[in-house]
Amino acid sequence: MGLISLSTRLMSPSQTLKCLVWLLVSFPFVRWVFLISQDQLGANPVEFLTRSSGTWTLVMLAATLSMTPLTRLTGTNLWIAVRQSLGLSCFFYGSLHALCWAWFDQGLDPDLMADDLITRPFIALGMAAWLILSILAASSPRFAKRRLGRRWKPLHRSIYALAILVVLHYLWHKAGKNDFSEAGPWSALLIALLLFRVRFAKVRQWFHARGSHEG
Amino acid sequence: MGSDLRASQPKTSEITAKRVWQQRRSLLQSLTASLLPGRASASGIALGGAVCLHHPLAKASVLTPPQPTGLEPLAAKPSSFSTIEKPTSHRDVVSYNNFYEFGTDKEDPALLAGSLKTRPWTIRMEGEVAKPQTIDIDTLLKLAPMEERIYRMRCVEGWSMVIPWLGYPLSALIKRVEPTGNAKFVEFLTLADRQQMPGLRSSVLQWPYTEGLRLDEAMHPLTLLSFGLYGEVLPKQNGAPVRLVVPWKYGFKSAKSIVRIRFVEKQPINSWMQSAPREYGFYSNVNPDVAHPRWSQASERRIGEDGLLSRKRKTLMFNGYADQVAGLYAGMDLRKYF
Repeated sequence: MGLISLSTRLMSPSQTLKCLVWLLVSFPFVRWVFLISQDQLGANPVEFLTRSSGTWTLVMLAATLSMTPLTRLTGTNLWIAVRQSLGLSCFFYGSLHALCWAWFDQGLDPDLMADDLITRPFIALGMAAWLILSILAASSPRFAKRRLGRRWKPLHRSIYALAILVVLHYLWHKAGKNDFSEAGPWSALLIALLLFRVRFAKVRQWFHARGSHEG
Repeated sequence: MGSDLRASQPKTSEITAKRVWQQRRSLLQSLTASLLPGRASASGIALGGAVCLHHPLAKASVLTPPQPTGLEPLAAKPSSFSTIEKPTSHRDVVSYNNFYEFGTDKEDPALLAGSLKTRPWTIRMEGEVAKPQTIDIDTLLKLAPMEERIYRMRCVEGWSMVIPWLGYPLSALIKRVEPTGNAKFVEFLTLADRQQMPGLRSSVLQWPYTEGLRLDEAMHPLTLLSFGLYGEVLPKQNGAPVRLVVPWKYGFKSAKSIVRIRFVEKQPINSWMQSAPREYGFYSNVNPDVAHPRWSQASERRIGEDGLLSRKRKTLMFNGYADQVAGLYAGMDLRKYF
């Protein structure tokens, strides 16, 4: 209790939330380091790290996409303060996921990688998603945002295209074995978050239209 | 070349006395050198891939788990069909399994297969046979002398193990029922009981899990009817009490917990073929040249051996058993019959 009151005296609520989020998003990585040090990655460490990094990328993406709806629902701007941290951790885990494929699975062999990208559409989709993610991460710092000016917002709306690519990547991967027990609910969640945004934009548009008529 | 050599060279030191394997190795090297004049550098690969060794230095006792498991021991004699590669650790063999009747995660079977009842157990032998019959598991266990067969196991997903199975050639059982001239294929049906198998709720596959072999494949001396591994009866998650082991085909061909064997004239439709005909064929022979539609089959990761940063090892034609089984497919287009 004393710690919280101390922290609120030292930090603003948004800073406190940021600290909390950084602690939460670093948990999976800290867990990996622990598991690796204890040799507890199981019989197939490559499979474990690839799947785990993929799952955490999804978690971070869903969390990032939830911040705007949460802002609308709760009426506080606090959430927007941590959206960037969540987006960057999505990039971090997405990059580890891509690295698991390139390094552990393909041995960084350019020929093998090119062949894999061509013959496995879900790999190509994942790579496209990672490219978008990298562009978003690169244009995330304040100076990049300032330089991009008005173009920043439309650029960062491509997170929705990214989410669709990620859903397709995951579903396609699982399609071969008809196993949608995990990919199904995750895809549903991401699509629900996308629909929320589309609907919200429509409702706002409608309100704006009505407002201008009355004015 | 150097990394290939390292990857394919088995660490025999862990299974056999140094003196013995050194003798065996020099024997093999001289053998391969004589077979492949001018290709001395290939001898290491031939050794790693190597195939059944009719070595005179067969070891005396079978491999056992490092710790007691509570499972019944099963006596067996060593077999000249065993590979000299380092066996995958007991822990990995019994904890990393595909047995979808108990869930689709690799950890599920070890966690959930406790509910499987392995006694009483019978196999019904029927179809195009002169002597259809139902055989009890205790009779099956005594039908032929038990052998330890240390085989490579290559999963279609791109990983592999080396497993010390216990069992005897399936041909011993088949001869007992006397297949008729109409018996061209053998179909294996496995247990599908919702009470015992929580994975049956999933619609990933149609149950019961069904597999099939051509009669000549089923009669091949490498094709094993297995009752155990690591010197003991099969753990439930590995397909207790009786399963098939076909070492030159992808692992899913080796049906687990078999309850019926049917002899038929027409090629059966196995479960994976029914579920995804474009991805899984009837033959499913290990073949580095025929890619799975969603991944290459050219290489594999040996569980417990190939670490995070080591290169995957090359997959061998017919999983390294080409000398024994290639003749079964002479003249066949293995791309078409994948």
